[in-house]
Amino acid sequence: MKLLLKLAAKNLYGAGRRTWLNVIVLSFSFLVIIWHKGLLNGWDRQARNDMVNWEVGAGQYWQSSYDPYDPFSLTDAHSNIPSSFDTLLTKGEVAPVLITEGTIYPGGRIQSILIKGISSDQKVLKLPTEKFQKNDDEIPALIGSKMASDNGLKTGDEITIRWRDTHGTFDANELKVIGIFTTNVLTVDAGQVWIPLDRLQKMMGMPGEATILICGNTSEANLKPEGWKFKSSEELLKSVTDLIKMKSVGGIVLYVILMSLAMLAIFDTQVLSIFRRQKEIGTYIALGMTRSQVVGLFTLEGSLNSVLAGLLAAVYGIPLLAMQASRGLSFAGASKDYGLVLADRIFPVYSLGLVATTIIIILITTTIVSYLPSRKIAKMKPTEALRGKLQ
Amino acid sequence: MKNIAIPMLFLCISINAQTPSAKEIIEKIDKNMSAESRVFTSKMIIHNARNTRTIESKTWNMGEDKSYTEYLAPAREAGTKMLKLDQRLWIYSPETDRIIQISGHMLRQSVMGSDLSYEDMMEDPHLLNHYNGKVEGQEKIGTSDCWVINLTAYTPDVAYETQKLWVDKEKFIPLKKEMFAKSGVLLKRLELSDVTKIQGRWYPKKILFKDVLKEGEGTEFQIMDIEFNTKIPEYIFSKASLKK
Repeated sequence: MKLLLKLAAKNLYGAGRRTWLNVIVLSFSFLVIIWHKGLLNGWDRQARNDMVNWEVGAGQYWQSSYDPYDPFSLTDAHSNIPSSFDTLLTKGEVAPVLITEGTIYPGGRIQSILIKGISSDQKVLKLPTEKFQKNDDEIPALIGSKMASDNGLKTGDEITIRWRDTHGTFDANELKVIGIFTTNVLTVDAGQVWIPLDRLQKMMGMPGEATILICGNTSEANLKPEGWKFKSSEELLKSVTDLIKMKSVGGIVLYVILMSLAMLAIFDTQVLSIFRRQKEIGTYIALGMTRSQVVGLFTLEGSLNSVLAGLLAAVYGIPLLAMQASRGLSFAGASKDYGLVLADRIFPVYSLGLVATTIIIILITTTIVSYLPSRKIAKMKPTEALRGKLQ
Repeated sequence: MKNIAIPMLFLCISINAQTPSAKEIIEKIDKNMSAESRVFTSKMIIHNARNTRTIESKTWNMGEDKSYTEYLAPAREAGTKMLKLDQRLWIYSPETDRIIQISGHMLRQSVMGSDLSYEDMMEDPHLLNHYNGKVEGQEKIGTSDCWVINLTAYTPDVAYETQKLWVDKEKFIPLKKEMFAKSGVLLKRLELSDVTKIQGRWYPKKILFKDVLKEGEGTEFQIMDIEFNTKIPEYIFSKASLKK
């Protein structure tokens, strides 16, 4: 084995530029695969963290009629907050949210929005609801930066808001923007305003009622109040999970193209080697090597390409990937327009498992691709090979 | 002093005697505006910031709960049908050949970007069933002398808690209507004109709806022809008629 390894290394070194070409192409594939996977991992981690911090919490209780995909369900989706949550509410560990539809008139245009009432002393979400506590305005409101830019609103602006109370009667008043928050989670930003829960309850004629209860702790999943259904954070994060999964599947196409290019180069090299080194093959066999040992030698030569590629990728890739992991990759401007939970800057996450899996997959693939053309050696007649006759 | 006070007292009494009560005025408005059934062809001219669109439709209406509308023009909208039974609304689109059921909340939405909601377009509520009134005074709208009355809802399920009406003293048709939010903010203004005698009652053939919070010139609603208290076959108000 040691001899085979020595011979293979020597042959690879002797192949010169051909070897380097294969190794460079393969190392590039290595790097791109690890970088792409790392980027998706980074996005997944960031999106999950942001969703948990800004929207999902540790899970949510939904009033049984609530369907976030059906705005018409909001008419009936409100109930009294169960008394089992009283202690948690006092501590701010549960954030009750009442949701209803409304209309604003920015610049004389009519725009439908969601009005969300949230308790000012909640500690579950990152929304700066503490600003409600120091405010005496008629309807103080927090809006996201996208909502602000879409409607040309800034802190201190007043705008007319119209809504219907629980009986369907119109009401309208001036809403004052007391703060603009910045988040990557568009579902708490676009087309909605956040106002104090007690204010919205009064406006709607729904005292003590809420549409959803956002939990701050996973243990609250056991409370199971009647008329409310629990949604775990995993269920609520399913959209992100599915999106990342879809992107990963899409990434496989990229990997296949990159690997095909590298494997094509190795396959060609192997075929050419066997064609050009027939006398060498004959000599090996004449000197006492079995056919399978010669096949093993050529396969080993091919596989060593991936080892060298791994080393080369490490030389220029580690600093490159490390730099990106610390500086991140900018997606500024793109995220909010596409409605994705995408930070302006994504920091790729490279795990040991990711690197090890990539190395193993590339090593196995290279070995298989190197072995396939080498099988021909087993069918060669040593005497013909020694004479260098084409077989 | 005594000489002036007595004639003044008589004058006041005689004015009050001429002023009908708000209830009487509302009753007369309802008598003109509402009917057991109505069949009318109308034109809705929507003035938006960028363009003006005209939609023609025919509506069959029975009481407060049943209404059926079919769009006649423009070609793009022709064939679209809407059926409203109580608080449920179905819309049939010929393009997709599908019937979509929409919950009651949709009734509060604007019809095709106009200043009218589905409620405004399809319902025929009797004011007396929902509002108490109070005569506030008299004003002139154009050349017509009007009673000014304030309406306050006594049932909770109305869209506007208060309304202000300028009612023609002779024809008992509101020539102007202002609808207010609970907070007192003015939301919608209606100007009714072209009051014509049809089947023995006065009826406005033109209504300008204006959402006052929105920019624009509002939406004109023109009645081209209307029939009151005609017998409407029951099948009109069935889902089957949507696909016919």
